[in-house]
Amino acid sequence: MNLNLTLIGQAIAFAVFVWFCMRYVWPPVMQSLQERQKKIADGLDAASRANRDLELAQEQANETLRESKEQAAQILEQAHKRSNQMIEEARENARLEGERMIANARAEIDQEINRAKEELRAQVARLAIEGAERILESSIDEAKHRELVDKLATEL
Amino acid sequence: MAGNNPTTTEYIQHHLQNLTFGLHPERGWSIAHSADEAAEMGFWAIHLDTMGWSIALGVLFLWVFRKAAKAATTGVPTGLQNFVEMMVEFVDNSVKETFHGKSKLIAPLSLTIFCWIFLMNLMDLVPVDVLPMLAQKIGAMFGADPSHVYFKVVPTTDVNATLGMSLSVFALIIFYAIRSKGFSGFIAELTLHPFSTPNKFAQALLIPVNFLLETVTLLARPISLALRLFGNLYAGELIFILIALLGLWQLPLHFPWAVFHILIIVLQAFIFMMLTIVYLSMATEEQH
Repeated sequence: MNLNLTLIGQAIAFAVFVWFCMRYVWPPVMQSLQERQKKIADGLDAASRANRDLELAQEQANETLRESKEQAAQILEQAHKRSNQMIEEARENARLEGERMIANARAEIDQEINRAKEELRAQVARLAIEGAERILESSIDEAKHRELVDKLATEL
Repeated sequence: MAGNNPTTTEYIQHHLQNLTFGLHPERGWSIAHSADEAAEMGFWAIHLDTMGWSIALGVLFLWVFRKAAKAATTGVPTGLQNFVEMMVEFVDNSVKETFHGKSKLIAPLSLTIFCWIFLMNLMDLVPVDVLPMLAQKIGAMFGADPSHVYFKVVPTTDVNATLGMSLSVFALIIFYAIRSKGFSGFIAELTLHPFSTPNKFAQALLIPVNFLLETVTLLARPISLALRLFGNLYAGELIFILIALLGLWQLPLHFPWAVFHILIIVLQAFIFMMLTIVYLSMATEEQH
């Protein structure tokens, strides 16, 4: 085993290889490794964020659904109330109208009766005067007795 | 088998000899024709097979990883990118668990160490005779005597290769220690531990002892790092060579040893990487 120049040659070759590796091999590989690591980390991050967003959205959707259901129930209830109210109002109106119509009819009847009474009275007065004329056979001062007869007629 | 019916010893020796190019005292710059000639070249020689294979494998590693790095996307990774990212993350995690400082160098350094050593070790699983015989055929084409063409395929079975790396790591250990603690801090660490006393005079006496102990501790790191890897792979290679000598019996034996060896290959690459990280983090952090 003789030591010779090979030793120095090997050392030089070794140094050159190490230099080359340090300069041209290690950095790009390491860089791509780190970049990939970062990319994967970012991807995982994004996935978890998306998951969280999805959960949030689902929650929101549920909330909205619940709210709309509530609203619908409220609206339905209001509609019910309103329709009941309308029916009630209509009923009340109808009742009032009926009453009014009855009152009108009554008033008309009363009027009719009064008018009939007036007519009758007038006729009675006329008849009474005619009768009295015939009985007395003399003319009566119509102007003089008119008040008297009318008074009589009102007493009928 | 190598050469013209070599003996067992010759066969083994042939397999354990590197293809050496160097300055021979008599023949000048040339390829060594024998182990003795290679030894005579002394320090001014270079192992062509070790250098060739290690550089080729290092380039292969960087080419594959660079290709994946260029095409890297942040989308869903496929095929090669998946594999490269897996390796990078594995190394990155190992570094982060052990090294708590901030350094742009240590992670790529560890990745290079792991992949490069793994690939170099992996050459051990290529059947021991295939590439040397190929080299001999090619050598013969260029007019060389085939028995003189030595070829050792696994760079990590060459102590030069492992020492080259571990000494580089050692330089980094010292660099990091001085950078994080200052030069005086580094010297203090070498001289004021493990024995220390408030008495100044006694402390002065203890400094040489401490220095000796700490220097041995420090130097043991790169040497053990290199020899651990070298020893494991050398032994593994040697056993492959011995199994190859068994004739027909080698057929059922190669497979279990290769399977077992896969474990060693990965484990040694991993140990070299982990120990580098541990040593560097020890150099950076406050000790004792």
